[in-house]
Amino acid sequence: MSLGMILRRGVIAAGAFLLAAPALAQRAPEPIRIGAVLSVTGPASFLGDPEDKTLRLYVNRINQAGGVNGRPLQLIIYDDAGDANRARTFATRLVEDDRVVAMVGGTTTGTTLAMRPVFEDARIPFISLAGGIEIIDPVQPFTFKTPHTDRMACEKIFADIRARGLTRVGMISGTDGFGQSMRGQCVRVAGAAGITIVAEESYGPRDSDMTPQLTRLRNAQGIEAVVNPGFGQGPAIVTRGYHQLGIRLPLYQSHGVASREFINLATPAAAEGVRLPAAALLIAEQLPTSDPQHQVVLDYKAAFEREFNQPVSTFGGHAYDGLMILVEAMRRANSTDGTRLRDAIRATRGFVGTGGIVNMSATDHMGLDLSAFRMVEIRNGDWALLGN
Amino acid sequence: MNARWATLLILAAVIAVIPWFFPSGYYFRVAALVWVTALGAVGLQVLMGQAGQVSLGHAGFVGIGAYAMALGPKYLGLPVLACLPLGAVLAGLIAFLVGRPILRLKGHYLAVATLGFGILVALVLVSEIAITGGPDGIRIPRPEIFGWRPRGGEAWYWINGAALLIGVWLALNIQHSPSGRALAALHDSEVAARTIGIDVARHKLRAFVIAAVYGAVAGGLMAMMNGFVTPDAAGFLQSVEYVTMVVIGGLASVPGAVVGAAALVLLPQALTVFHEYEHAVLGLLIMLFMIFLRVGIVPGLATLLRRRPA
Amino acid sequence: MPELLQFLVSGLTIGAVYALVALGFTLIHNASDVVNFAQGEFVMLGGMVTVFATAAGIPLPLAALLAIAVAVLVGLALHRLAIEPARGASAVTLIIITIGASIFLRGVAQIVFDKRFHQLPGFSGNDPIMVLGAAILPQSFWVLGGALIVFCGLFLFLERTLMGKAVLATAANRLAARLVGVDTSFVLALSFGLSAAIGALAGILITPITLTSFDVGTLLALKGFAAAMLGGMGSPLGAVVGGLVLGLLEALGAGYVSSAYKDAVAFLVILAVLFSMPQGLFGHRSVERV
Repeated sequence: MSLGMILRRGVIAAGAFLLAAPALAQRAPEPIRIGAVLSVTGPASFLGDPEDKTLRLYVNRINQAGGVNGRPLQLIIYDDAGDANRARTFATRLVEDDRVVAMVGGTTTGTTLAMRPVFEDARIPFISLAGGIEIIDPVQPFTFKTPHTDRMACEKIFADIRARGLTRVGMISGTDGFGQSMRGQCVRVAGAAGITIVAEESYGPRDSDMTPQLTRLRNAQGIEAVVNPGFGQGPAIVTRGYHQLGIRLPLYQSHGVASREFINLATPAAAEGVRLPAAALLIAEQLPTSDPQHQVVLDYKAAFEREFNQPVSTFGGHAYDGLMILVEAMRRANSTDGTRLRDAIRATRGFVGTGGIVNMSATDHMGLDLSAFRMVEIRNGDWALLGN
Repeated sequence: MNARWATLLILAAVIAVIPWFFPSGYYFRVAALVWVTALGAVGLQVLMGQAGQVSLGHAGFVGIGAYAMALGPKYLGLPVLACLPLGAVLAGLIAFLVGRPILRLKGHYLAVATLGFGILVALVLVSEIAITGGPDGIRIPRPEIFGWRPRGGEAWYWINGAALLIGVWLALNIQHSPSGRALAALHDSEVAARTIGIDVARHKLRAFVIAAVYGAVAGGLMAMMNGFVTPDAAGFLQSVEYVTMVVIGGLASVPGAVVGAAALVLLPQALTVFHEYEHAVLGLLIMLFMIFLRVGIVPGLATLLRRRPA
Repeated sequence: MPELLQFLVSGLTIGAVYALVALGFTLIHNASDVVNFAQGEFVMLGGMVTVFATAAGIPLPLAALLAIAVAVLVGLALHRLAIEPARGASAVTLIIITIGASIFLRGVAQIVFDKRFHQLPGFSGNDPIMVLGAAILPQSFWVLGGALIVFCGLFLFLERTLMGKAVLATAANRLAARLVGVDTSFVLALSFGLSAAIGALAGILITPITLTSFDVGTLLALKGFAAAMLGGMGSPLGAVVGGLVLGLLEALGAGYVSSAYKDAVAFLVILAVLFSMPQGLFGHRSVERV
């Protein structure tokens, strides 16, 4: 090919592009960019992986249905591997380089707190998927969260223990962020709930045997029930050890194990009789049709399990809630301006999500109350809803 | 002009010029991260490259420096900037105390002892929740320099860049001082060094303390830049990353540590295009670098260029 | 008393796994001076391949063999493609190559398998056996028995076979071994294959107790390395003792001292041992020649 030919072809191509560009711009509107920094790998991948899958799945579905306000969504996801410093860098990248209009993500409380100033400074709404109450208490102008707080989980568990006529509790907590944050909240609300914590043990996020700690708990004076704040595989190994040692005291897990995977990992025999507070998503099929969440949780469960061939977890549900709250707010505000979007998110009322009915306000950037939690018990390898 | 000044000049020129090509504030953030990580890596280079002593616990000192920025203001009421030298002194002191017994060990035994030290530091940071805030980390107040509050990537780009320049200058001076030559001698052979009258233990300990101070200053700057720190900063994986930086860049070369740090900070940013293949590609690149440039990037490229003058 | 027995069994079970990982470190180190930080990934491969193979309907013994075969292939490939081409590079360069390999293997595993945790049913069920008041999982006996067989088999191999003697000779002095006709390159490949097989076996045996995922290897490599150092690098007996002691320290630390600081207890003891015995429990004093 001669140089002249290449040049001519180049000019023709460029001309065609220039002619086509305005038409293209009209036909394909500018996408709305949404960011997510998730712990897809690393110690919190048990939470981050389903979040990542959920966001990708639902952004696709929304786009197939015509997008939001006539514009498609563009999702930009980065994996922080659970590292706060890395999360902070990716948050800056989303704001400064990718120019996202909002952020749904932040898998752990640690990464969320590290990223929060970036979004607050840029005045961009940030819907976190982490549990720690310090994310929204005190309220920050642009930061929201969808999961129930660990304080609520403690209150729910303690209320159930009291209802059984028990008061003296032992705790075995993971030393990861989730476990320690919830442990702190449980210690804090124990007094008000009429609970005495008589013994405490802990285990590392990667520990493979908790029988020494459980042996100590079993021998603790006057202990009546055991609570295990933690997520991932740790609680499954605790539950196995509990069964192995033949401890008969009631065992309470947290909302951090709320996936059928927990029953599989712990084995149904060991998990029998374990109770935990969980969102409605876990017991989707057992909800009465009159329950307002009935349809939402069934739809999400069906969509997720069909697409990924793995059991749903409430963590993916939190990502669903976050994305949908954002999308509804964008529709209501008919804008992607940070402050307007924030105001619209804050005005969310009666949103039915997988985690509960969300009513946000200027003083409540989570919008869930204790009724969002259901107490469930594991029976015959399945969840059973306890009469509330 | 000697090589030492040439290295400094090139580094200064790079720091001064590249901001012209930054399309957004994000690039300032990443570059600022490169400079501050490089500062920590340069310290480790003094210990590993110059004195020949392995440390798998370098991040422990980074963590001490970083947490000093949070705990100093909170418990001692100090201005956050005053905690930077405080953290450095503290890390140096701890290094001095633990260095004496630890540095009697050699090779892999030294590696496992320093590994143990780093794990102990991280364990304390995670476990003493009442003091350190535990695994979810702790906030660091924004510093004020004569009424100026550095915010955002650009301010920290220049602060960290200046700190790195000073750090590299000092490290090059150490390398070319009589003490540095003594270190080089004991790197080659401890027994030989001792025979010609070098106080081996003292020189090793000095290198260990220097590395700790570098680490603590880097940790302190990083903590201030982020306004937040978690125990991950002191974790085992971070220590391994620092070692990788020093070796990939070129164990014997101070600028090598800077290049190595740049590689390990920039690669994860660049590799996001591979999505889930990110980690596999990162591992593959580390292997390829080490197989084909086994003495490290900087010395390796220098040899290649000398062999084939362009 | 039942507590002590409970802690001891718990410590010995996990210690046996550390010992097997430490043994892998030792074998490769003796043949090449390389500290192979990808050793933990062999354990991961053992567990994950078995989980996915059994899920695909392959019977457990066959799945276990398959897992060991996969790990051995990966080990040989690691030697052939990454260690052999860098022959002559410094020890620290080779270590970084194995760290790269470890990141690479984890990265591939998270794509080939997934990022979730997986379990394997106990080979003889999950119902504990009561011994003197302590509840012991039958799988613990599998782990201890399997480890014992590996230790004895390795001992016989090293002491009684010509090839084993070649491995020992290479460990003692590579140049001298080559001079008397030992194919040291083959010995190195053999060491990688053997280490991979031992690691994979550890992964298969322990998964019913500890669960597995694509990233279990990192922590096991760290603990195995510490155990090998405690025992004295280069000594297979040291690796076994080091692993068992480390496991016991963790269990007794968690049982009698503090569960938050049980790793600290383990490392403080290691440091104390190294300060008084700088070559580990069974290491040889090396003399540096000038």
